[in-house]
Amino acid sequence: MGLRNYLDKQVAPHFHEGGKFQKYYVFYEMFDTMLYSPSSTTGAAAHVRDGIDLKRVMMTVWFAALPALLFGLYNVGYQANLQITEFGFSPLPGWRTDLVAALGGFDYTSLWANVLHGAVYYIPIMIVVYLGGLLWEGLFAWKRGHEVNEGFFVTGILFTLILPPSIPLWQVFLGISFGVVIGKEVFGGTGKNFMNPALIGRAFLFFAYPAQISGDEVWVAVDNFSGATPLSLAASGNIDFDAGLTALATAGQQVDISWMHTFVGGIQGSIGETSTLAILIGAGILLLTRIASWRIMAAVALGVVGTSWMFNAVGSDTNPMFAMPWYWHMTLGGLAFGLVFMATDPVSAAMTDAGKWVFGILIGFMVVVIRVINPAFPEGMMLAILFGNLCAPLIDYFVVQANIRRRQRRTVGGAV
Amino acid sequence: MAEYKTKDILFQPIFNNNPIALQILGICSALAVTTQVSTALTMAIALTTVTAFSSLFISILRNQIPNSIRMIVQVVIIASLVILVDQFLRAFSYELSRQLSVFIGLIITNCIVMGRAEAFAMSNPPVPAFIDGVGNGLGYSLILVILGIVRELFGSGSLLGYQVLPVISAGGWYQPNGIFLLPPSAFFLIGLIIWGLRAWKPQQVEQDQFSIAPNSRTSDLY
Repeated sequence: MGLRNYLDKQVAPHFHEGGKFQKYYVFYEMFDTMLYSPSSTTGAAAHVRDGIDLKRVMMTVWFAALPALLFGLYNVGYQANLQITEFGFSPLPGWRTDLVAALGGFDYTSLWANVLHGAVYYIPIMIVVYLGGLLWEGLFAWKRGHEVNEGFFVTGILFTLILPPSIPLWQVFLGISFGVVIGKEVFGGTGKNFMNPALIGRAFLFFAYPAQISGDEVWVAVDNFSGATPLSLAASGNIDFDAGLTALATAGQQVDISWMHTFVGGIQGSIGETSTLAILIGAGILLLTRIASWRIMAAVALGVVGTSWMFNAVGSDTNPMFAMPWYWHMTLGGLAFGLVFMATDPVSAAMTDAGKWVFGILIGFMVVVIRVINPAFPEGMMLAILFGNLCAPLIDYFVVQANIRRRQRRTVGGAV
Repeated sequence: MAEYKTKDILFQPIFNNNPIALQILGICSALAVTTQVSTALTMAIALTTVTAFSSLFISILRNQIPNSIRMIVQVVIIASLVILVDQFLRAFSYELSRQLSVFIGLIITNCIVMGRAEAFAMSNPPVPAFIDGVGNGLGYSLILVILGIVRELFGSGSLLGYQVLPVISAGGWYQPNGIFLLPPSAFFLIGLIIWGLRAWKPQQVEQDQFSIAPNSRTSDLY
């Protein structure tokens, strides 16, 4: 307990009342509680004792996102190395490439080379996100005199995982700033944001700089690359849902995409969204610890299955997306990631149990509708969840009103 | 009838009682016409003119207007002025008039014009009413011009059509931020302006509808 002692005796007094750095107490508190659990507990009277507090909730989500993160790290490098060694693309010029060339080379069969190549893209994004998030969170906590919440750990990691690997770092900073300030702090901070801050940040980038976050050219970090994501391939009719890629697409320098590929994750896409398997491990952690609501997850899945069945039944000669089965919807794009980590955000989702079902089904319905019918956006998960977030308070309102009416009928005998 | 100081009537609406930032009126046109400074300026001048003269004429006629049909009379006056402005723009600046399209015509429904007519011109003499119209027009113009400058500068890297930040597509370094060309950006910007204004003048902050009890102190140490 040397460090604890040192902090208490040597450091803490400066930040408490009367100390030199009293103004900066929030920053000290943040680092102290990052190292140790808070020492201040209520002394007297009866109250609920539970090991699960905000900090632990947030850290559990963080760990649940770790499999997706690690796989993303590997996959970013794998995709880039594959294109470089197999198809003769040249890596993006810059310090990243020099570092990779010096330490690992571009061999796509080597785990080390892939992870290294992924890390040189992912780590800077993560550093920028956390510095940016810390800056804004700290500033608001300091000005408003409350403690820095752990919410931004989760916002930060989720935000990094839904970006394409080659995104410029200044855009990353703008995105996280917008997400944290406009998406969260202006409404009062952690627990008061009615929309998911990470998604707000991504939506900002999506509409502000569409060239760097959508389209065919951003998903693999090599020079002059243009390769459609599996979702766009499906939208242009280049995926045969039974066998994988059609002959035409295979000829166009596309790597093999079967359903199993999209499930395990060796495809192009946002950093953490490619592997449905890794995301499912995270989902398992969240469900076992009961951090995330199983109702929302089940409801989104239900919405997706139902809506894609509907489109399958309707059918279309001109739009190949109509024929996409639900299990392809589940593994492509950001659907699985959004379902597990974004839709279940306890603050911005519906609060009531019945409301959660409606909320989830609405998201599942919207995402398939946007994907299938809207020609402008190949992916709809981000917009569907934001739409669901907007509707969540309304859904809760009707659930509560219905409950009040039901109970009134029961007690007053229908005289309402 | 309350006595007003001319200076107050003219300048209060700019910061202390801004029609957009405090009364939250006229948002629709503020979102629609502010992608460029030139359209924002034209709209600002047009609205200021209409508000000033409609207030003047309504104030002159205020003792002749029967109370039960006053809205109709006000709208007739405002509509005539708007048509004048519209025709003037078409005659002398057709390109701008085409860009502003329906929004000049929609000045008729702008809450600021009607609001000043009802709230001030109907109960005050012509000269203060005219000044009040100009003042509120200026308050509206201020926000519109700020929005126009920010949105044109960041959205397309130019000001009044002159390229200030050289954009990448033309060989420069600036990457235009597409969101500033979309109407939602004006919402964010108006929100930020209101935030800044209320941080500067806390008396504009409204009471919380549902206030939350202050956090309890967590530690004896602290």
